[in-house]
Parts: sequence; structure tokens; C-alpha cells
Amino acid sequence: MSGPIGGVPASGQPGGLPGSLEPNSEAPVSDASAAPAVNADAEQVGEAAVVESVAAARGPLMLEAVGLGKDFKLGRGAVLHAVRNVSFGLYQGAVVALVGESGSGKSTVAKLLAGQERRTHGTITLEGKPVEIHGGGAFRRYKRQVQYVFQDPFGSLNPVHTVGYHLTRPVKLHQPEVKDARKAVMALLEQVRLTPADQFVGKYPHELSGGQRQRVSFARGLAARPTVLLADEPVSMLDVSIRLEMLNLLDDLRKRLSLALLYITHDIASARYFADEVLVMYGGQIVERGPAEDVTQRPAHPYTQLLIASAPDPDNLGSVLKSANVATGGGAGRAGTVKSSTGGPAPTGCPFSNRCPLAEDKCKQNNPALQLLSSNRAAACWRLDVAAPQLAGGTV
Amino acid sequence: MSPILEISDLSVVYRTPGGDVRAVERVNLELNPGEVVGLCGESGSGKSTLAYGATRLLRPPALVTGGSVRYSGRRITSGGAPVDLLTMNHHELRRMRWREIAIVFQSAMNALNPVLRIHAQLLDAVQAHLKLPRAEAHEKVAELLDLVGIPRNRLRSYPHELSGGMRQRVMIAMALATDPEVVIMDEPTTALDVVVQRDILAQIVELKERLGFAIMFITHDLSLLLELADRIAVMYAGRLLETGAAQDLMRDPAHPYTRGLLNSFPSLHGARRELAGIPGSPPDLRDPRPGCPFMPRCGFAVPACSAVDMALEPWNAAQGGTTQLLDSAHLTACPIVTPEVSQEGVLS
Repeated sequence: MSGPIGGVPASGQPGGLPGSLEPNSEAPVSDASAAPAVNADAEQVGEAAVVESVAAARGPLMLEAVGLGKDFKLGRGAVLHAVRNVSFGLYQGAVVALVGESGSGKSTVAKLLAGQERRTHGTITLEGKPVEIHGGGAFRRYKRQVQYVFQDPFGSLNPVHTVGYHLTRPVKLHQPEVKDARKAVMALLEQVRLTPADQFVGKYPHELSGGQRQRVSFARGLAARPTVLLADEPVSMLDVSIRLEMLNLLDDLRKRLSLALLYITHDIASARYFADEVLVMYGGQIVERGPAEDVTQRPAHPYTQLLIASAPDPDNLGSVLKSANVATGGGAGRAGTVKSSTGGPAPTGCPFSNRCPLAEDKCKQNNPALQLLSSNRAAACWRLDVAAPQLAGGTV
Repeated sequence: MSPILEISDLSVVYRTPGGDVRAVERVNLELNPGEVVGLCGESGSGKSTLAYGATRLLRPPALVTGGSVRYSGRRITSGGAPVDLLTMNHHELRRMRWREIAIVFQSAMNALNPVLRIHAQLLDAVQAHLKLPRAEAHEKVAELLDLVGIPRNRLRSYPHELSGGMRQRVMIAMALATDPEVVIMDEPTTALDVVVQRDILAQIVELKERLGFAIMFITHDLSLLLELADRIAVMYAGRLLETGAAQDLMRDPAHPYTRGLLNSFPSLHGARRELAGIPGSPPDLRDPRPGCPFMPRCGFAVPACSAVDMALEPWNAAQGGTTQLLDSAHLTACPIVTPEVSQEGVLS
């Protein structure tokens, strides 16, 4: 049952759908953090690799995206390619983490999978059947299987309704066969360990702590008895001491309910602990993927390497951030030649090429496709032989 | 070295109809010249209230109920006695603010005025606190942008035209406008991506080395502080639970809460270790329980914990370090878990 995930050969794809317009050549200079490239060439060069997902070892394929893409029209003919040629699968009982900075397109991927945004390219299949959602009953049936948990537990619950109301509605909507909705709600609260459940059922969101609210969000997602749960930064708004407990709860639910879980995060360290497979996104495309431990311990793509080098590391007592270690005057402490914020991904070629210390002309002109590093690892980079010589040696 | 800022026994309450919320309770904290002190705590632990209370930036219903905040910057005192921020009049306070103690506020997205250009906002800060001729003030503003690595042509930009990282840099430039001796940074990088965060932190440290100010760095991210700060103070429910040098806190955490925090964040490097986290949630400050506020969540709680007076005592004094100076000492508010208890393996 563990089909390898086929990336669509990018070169075989049309440059744009008939409806899409040629992009405007000038990139907006404004808000850089939220701007994946307004990219002239969406096309990648070379065959996209077919990667075997480590998550497949956990269970059968539930939800699969192949060549997924989303363009937003910006007006005046400009198109924002928020997601480009993203292919991966979610497997029963497995966690796949989608890691990237804000604006990298990771939330858009989740919204495409949840059916909340209409995709412009690619296909989505649920248990082998292609998904075509045009609203109405089909959408509701799809939502019964694929649920979305929002990032912000403060904004995603209606302040004028009780916990019970938030959970009774999806139970009635998605499980019409259930006679005693209250009992089902109690069971849900117990499942997310909001106990004693009868104390929580009448409470309003403002009476709960952030962690408790996020538990209600989880319970609401589970009310439909989904097989796939898309968790969009489920712990980033919570305090550090609460986060681990929530991740453990999510992991426990995954095991007990055999959920296929997509875990979206900007914290690659938590992905290491929580996920089977890690997908690193930059500028709307997957730049590296592989088993969580491999990717975090031996990153291949220069962006993944930068991401890992930038994460706070308490063991790093000789850090350049320590005042004793800073050479005064010179630009010491700046992260090598990597520029941190230069106005978003590069408009042409590899999206990381305008920040990459290894970039050469080829990188600025052509967008690399994912290349296999081993059967379950791939990275999209022209300079893998320099960036990760020990990994690239065998295959490139 | 005598501290430049010395907070003693500071208490702050929020007056509410439901009773006083004791947000900061008898906190002692010192900041030495050129030092980075990290103040770490969860949301609602009182870390921002402590900083704003110490600089008299709180409005009712917040009320400072006790303590003193002594400042001994060289410009103000010139060898004389330190001044107390809590008792000075408004005229003196105005001279202190920004000129001596500046603040980088949380969330640069909201702290900048969206309808004014960067240039106007920086100029405002410069002219309000420095008596400079017009041309010099303009030049000063441009220099400030140079300082934080933003091209001068961005002076005419509005905040929405800048990325999050750039806006944060503008906030830092603004705080440094008057060459202060103490800079309080309230979660300056929380909303930023890790790569941008690291770049800004590196810049902060570099500027600190160059200009010689001291930093009080407020954040909920202990892993960040361990890498950045010289000393760390851990705050919980309005109290300081532990203070010490970053490496002491990392290698030999004293308070069970600190131990819990250290065991809460996944690390990227080294072997995978089992993470435990801290069960439960922070207490309600309206109804403080006697003794240690962490007791309900603490795995090592004993009945005596409800009688703990929460004063900070040396942690490693028992290990022979009797001659240690107080300002570099590793202090903990937990008298129950002592090094001896720790060595017996109770906490392993």
C-alpha cells in the first residue's frame, strides 16, 4: 500500500494554465516577509525525483498531493505563485512536517488540502480517489475526512459561544447518526483530556487558558471523526511549557485514532521530535525532504542548513551571540554571507538564489527540481555537490 | 562592578473589581553595565510588568506598591549617589527616559505609527530628547539607520513598506537614538522568522559591544536566552524563581520549574532525549496561594512548600563556593530542592 509519491515531471507541465497571465516583471518592494516570488518562470528544470516517503512505513496512503500549485492574481497581470509543484503524501498513523518561514506557502498548502482554497495546478487524491470539490455536499463529505486545526486558539473560537456549542455543532453536522450529542461531546473532551468534561462544557473561551482553548480546537477537529488532520502551527501561540504537552497530546491522538497528520511549523527542532518525514518549503516549493532525523542532522539544501544554523541552540555556549565572543567593530556575528531579509525569494531561478552563499549564474536562471539523495531523501539545488558533498556523491 | 540598575523588592498590583492581581511580587534584580540580563517567563508571569513598573510606564489600574529602582548611570550621578526612579518627579523622569533608559517595545508592527514616515518618527525621538540643530538632527537620523543596517533611501518609507525584520530594526534604531545606557527589550524578535531573528540578535550584541549599553532582554524563549544572555532570571507567577549565569542555569538548574523548562524544548543538536514538559497551567494571580506558586505543577512538592517565603538564596553555596560575590551567584527560591537532595538522585 505504500506507493511512492510521484512528483510530476515538471518539465512536462505547461508553463501556465490558459487562464494565467504573464507576470509583471517588477517585484513589489513592499512587505517582503509576505511575498513569495512573483515569479516569471514557474517551471523547474529537470525531472522531479520520485521520493519514497518514510511516513509510508506507518500505514496506508490517505491523502496525496501531486504537482500541487496555487497562483494568486495580483492585478495588473501579475501572478503570485504561492505554491509551486508540491507533491507529497499523508499516511495513516504518520506525521509529516511542513517547515518554512512565514510567506513560504506552507499554510497555503494546508488550505489547498483542506479544500479552503481552489488549487490552480495539480491533483489531490483521498484514499486513491481524485478530489474535486465544488462546494455543497461533496465539500461536507470531504471535510468529514479531512479536518483543519487553526494556529490561533484565541481567534478561532467564537467568544460568545460555549465549549459545548463549539463541539455539538460539528458532531450533529458530521455524525448525524449519533443520537446523544452531549455524550459524544463529553467523549471528545475526555479525548483531549479536558477533564472533568462536565466542568468544561459550559465554559466560554475567555474562561480557558491558551492550552485549554487549543485542546477545544483539537476536539472540534476530531468531532467529524476525520482520517486526516491538518494542524497549522498548532503550538506556536502557546507558552513553551505548554507546547510539549500539546504535541504529546497530538501524538497520542495520532496513535489512538490512526490519524494521518500534517504538522505545519516554523520550528524545525519540534519537527525533529514529532514528525516522521520533514518537508522544507521555501518560496512556495519544497526544497528538501526526507526522514526527520536525517534532514535535521545532515541538511543538504543551503536553506535547510541556514534554518538549522539559525535556530537557538542552548548548548552553543561559545555562540557568536555571547558578548564575550563578539569581535567589536567588524561585522562579526552576521550569519556568514547569507542575507537574512532581502525582499523575499528570488524572482527567477532557484527561489533561494538571492540569499544563497553558493549561488552561481545557473541558480539565478534555472529553478532546480528535486533530486534524489537516497531512496527517501531529495533536495532541489544545483550545487548539492558543494552544499552536501557527502550526500550528493553517490547520485549526482 | 556596581550595578547600573538595581531593582529591589519591587511589587506591582493590578487593581481589579475582583481583587488585586499581584503581577510582580517583591522582585530583586540587578543589571550591570554592559551586561545582558535575560528575563524569562511565560505569558502572564509578570516579566513585562516588572520592566514597565521599574521604568514607571504603567498606568492605573496598575500600581507599584513597594520597592525601589536605583539607577546609577554616569551622566546622571557622576560619581554621586544613585537616583530612585520610583520617587523622582516628572521633570527628572523625563530626563531619564530614552536618554538613560530606552525601551524596544514588543511587536514592532504596532509600535510604529502607520501614517508617518520612518524619518519623521526617528526625528521625533531625537528632537524630543536631544537639543540638536535641525541639520544635525537630520544627519543623526540617517546615522541611526546606518547603525542598524538599513539603507538610507528607506527613510522616506512608511512602516507598511518595510518587512517585519526591518521594522524591528527601526525600533532598535529608535531606542538607540539618544545613546542610552540601559536598553530594555521586550520580546524584540518574537514574531520574526528564526533566520531574521538570529541576524537581529547578532546585530544587537554587536551594537551593545560598540556602544556599551546594558540590556534587559525579556522573552519567553529560554533556549534563546541561554545562547544570548550573560545572566538569566526566571520568572513565574510574579516571582523570580532563579537567577544565575547562563551556563550555570543550563548545566545545573536549581529550581524545578527551570528544570522543567529546560526539558520542554526540543533541541536540534546532539542526541534525541526524552522531553517531559511541565504538566498543568500557571496559577491565578488573583488568589495567590501561600508559599511557592509553582507547587501545584511541581513534581517534587512537599507540604513544606506552602510555607516557603520565596526569597532567593544561594544555590551552590553548600558546594564550597562561600566566597562568591552575590552578583555572580546562582540564586534559587526553592529551599526544598537543594544540591544535596539533587545529588541523592531525587531529581534525576
